[in-house]
Amino acid sequence: MPSAPGTLEIRTSPHVLSGYSVDTIMFNVVLALLPTAAFAVWAFGLAALVTLTAAVASCLAAEWLACKSSGSPSTLGDGSVVITGLLYGLTLPPACPLWITAVGGFAAVGLGKALFGGLGQNPFNPALVGRAFLQAAFPVTMTTFTPAFGAERFTTLPGTSLAPPFGRAEPDAFSGATPLAAWKFDGELAQTSDLAFGLVGGSTGETCALLIAVGGLYLIARNMMSWRIPAAMLGAVALASAALHVWAPEAYAPPLFMLFSGGLMLGAVFMATDMVASPMTHTGCWIYGALIGAVVVVIRIWGAMPEGVMYAILLGNAASPLIDRLVQPGVFAPPAAESAR
Amino acid sequence: MEAPDTTAMGAEEFWKGLWKENPVFVQVLGMCPALAVSNTARNALAMGLATLFVLTASNAVISLVRHVVPKQVRIATYILVIATFVTLVDMGIQAISLDLHKALGAFISLIVANCLILGRAEAFASRHGLGASLLDALGMGAGFTVALLSLGAVREILGAGTLFGLPVLPAAFEPWVVMLLPSGGFLTLAGWLLVFNAFEQRRARASAPEAREVPG
Amino acid sequence: MSAQPAPIVAEPPPPTWPMLRAMVGVGLLCGILIATTFLATRPTIERNQAEALQRAVFDVIPKARSSETYLWLEEGRFEAVGEDARREGPRVHAGYDAEGRLVGVAIEASGMGYQDVIRVLYGYAPDAAAVVGMRVLESRETPGLGDRIETDAAFVANFEALDVSLEPAADGAMRIAHPIEAVKSGSKQNPWEIDGITGATISAQAIANILRRSSSDWIPRIQQRLDDFQRGES
Repeated sequence: MPSAPGTLEIRTSPHVLSGYSVDTIMFNVVLALLPTAAFAVWAFGLAALVTLTAAVASCLAAEWLACKSSGSPSTLGDGSVVITGLLYGLTLPPACPLWITAVGGFAAVGLGKALFGGLGQNPFNPALVGRAFLQAAFPVTMTTFTPAFGAERFTTLPGTSLAPPFGRAEPDAFSGATPLAAWKFDGELAQTSDLAFGLVGGSTGETCALLIAVGGLYLIARNMMSWRIPAAMLGAVALASAALHVWAPEAYAPPLFMLFSGGLMLGAVFMATDMVASPMTHTGCWIYGALIGAVVVVIRIWGAMPEGVMYAILLGNAASPLIDRLVQPGVFAPPAAESAR
Repeated sequence: MEAPDTTAMGAEEFWKGLWKENPVFVQVLGMCPALAVSNTARNALAMGLATLFVLTASNAVISLVRHVVPKQVRIATYILVIATFVTLVDMGIQAISLDLHKALGAFISLIVANCLILGRAEAFASRHGLGASLLDALGMGAGFTVALLSLGAVREILGAGTLFGLPVLPAAFEPWVVMLLPSGGFLTLAGWLLVFNAFEQRRARASAPEAREVPG
Repeated sequence: MSAQPAPIVAEPPPPTWPMLRAMVGVGLLCGILIATTFLATRPTIERNQAEALQRAVFDVIPKARSSETYLWLEEGRFEAVGEDARREGPRVHAGYDAEGRLVGVAIEASGMGYQDVIRVLYGYAPDAAAVVGMRVLESRETPGLGDRIETDAAFVANFEALDVSLEPAADGAMRIAHPIEAVKSGSKQNPWEIDGITGATISAQAIANILRRSSSDWIPRIQQRLDDFQRGES
């Protein structure tokens, strides 16, 4: 990625237009994530609090180690790692064992960022790399979700959180299915209002779609994030699922359910907008967002897994250099001249 | 260009395959079986030994017939010889253990396509005498086996908590399923390459201390 | 450099006789090697295969002490394969107890799982009108997740008594009264339901589908032609 003057040294979202200092941007992204994180702690209690803390701490530790071993100056201070860690923590199930959270944090920063050359070089969103690693390594843990608003959530930690390092985490007897899994495997459709207000089970930070959207709108309003990517992504999901729902309402979930369930909102607002791993051109952003949205629908409806936002965004990340090449005009050719062969 | 088979040279032919020109860690050859069937130590060992056998036998035959095979048909002849020994291994493994044959699946037949074997035939056995070719094949085969075994051991211990099917970690260990999947092969290989290269670099720096001063 | 085009130097013609000699010679040698090994290993391989099959059959028909393979013939009856083990065609394996009484029929079935095709063998006991055992012969399901169709004792126990009794259909033929189906883990209520696996829904569902399809094909056939399996001797 060429570092033009004015391009800020931040790695995760939002898309930055020049004019703000790093501190301001970081402060605002954290501010935008804060309602989501606070809601997660309210909904899942201590479990979410320790998960988020462990996620941020492990990402910071991994970054420190990577900087130290490669001899490059420390990048801990720029806040980008904190945001990677926070986003990564928000994608985990709340009762995720702490040692697994730490392993994933190291995978996120180590595999997703340091190995590719560190800051600004990551082809994929590091937070999602960590989540994907855990999904492949510990599939059972990663798909065991505690229900939201348990009665004792502020006084006791779930047994799985404190599983000894590298030890097996026996899931609690009572684990809830996410709305997407319930729809896919049992055909039960959750209330859209429950989804929007986050009254359902799921990953730590994905449940309350409205608060995430509010955070995104705030960043867009302050001109700190590309609105095109989330717009294209959500638009593609809405269009595709609306078409399918109209065609066969019993077989396909309504578009509002698709929009507000799972990690779509979190992914569209905070993950897909990673400025290093997304296309640079405006047209590219539209194609990229629409591609991710389409893949999400395909995975959710025809795939074996109930949720596909993570893989869809990673695929979109992989495609973004190609998208940029596709839409870049020739160096000396105005766009019109190109078609005249 | 017959190489004289002195003892010192013979030893060199053997050891280079194990370390300096290790087929997996240095030449990065034969990746398909190295990644695909190194999910347990047993599969890795079986694949390594099967490759060792095919490599040794075909190197020997090719070295013996190298003067009577015209260069126009040499590759066809090598493939014929290699495919024959692969077929023998295939039948041999079936006779030894059907379960093992099932676990290795199509990768036994795919030994034919292992570029390591054809590479040694073309680069070494067709130009050297029987003794040197045998040592070369044994060294390369042993190097391949050791490399596969180190991949397989790491993957099996982390992925299942066992080694050769025997539990080596406490029952409470949570297995890292990813290590048994194809992506685990890539991760483990990358880890070993990292270790190997770090070691080689350190040795190179130690043997040439003046090179350290060159600014990067 | 002359102005004239350089005369084309003819390649020496390929040495036909040495080429032929080398290829035929090596080919012959290889052929002999393969043939020798084939003859040497074939009895062992066949014995291994037969033993593996027999173990699997005894596994899914717990009462069986001996077994015999039957072919399903076009004209609608079963016939013992006998000595000629290489006869092709759809087949089942009948299991007999020590007195030579038919105690079950093992049927092989396959279908798509989560990763790849799953092959299973299951045993059907005519007197119980139920599946009495199931074993996964081949699967590439995710280790630790989908492979619980093999390793999860509670799931495997589903197949120790799974109802597949028949009822007459409208057209007079027999059909399975209650097709096998997988239900959510812990909600099994009827003897024809398979208690699923939390976290491996797809793989458990796949097994149920494989058994449902295969059983509705085979069990009416077997039930109608039970006499084909009676041993003449003893």
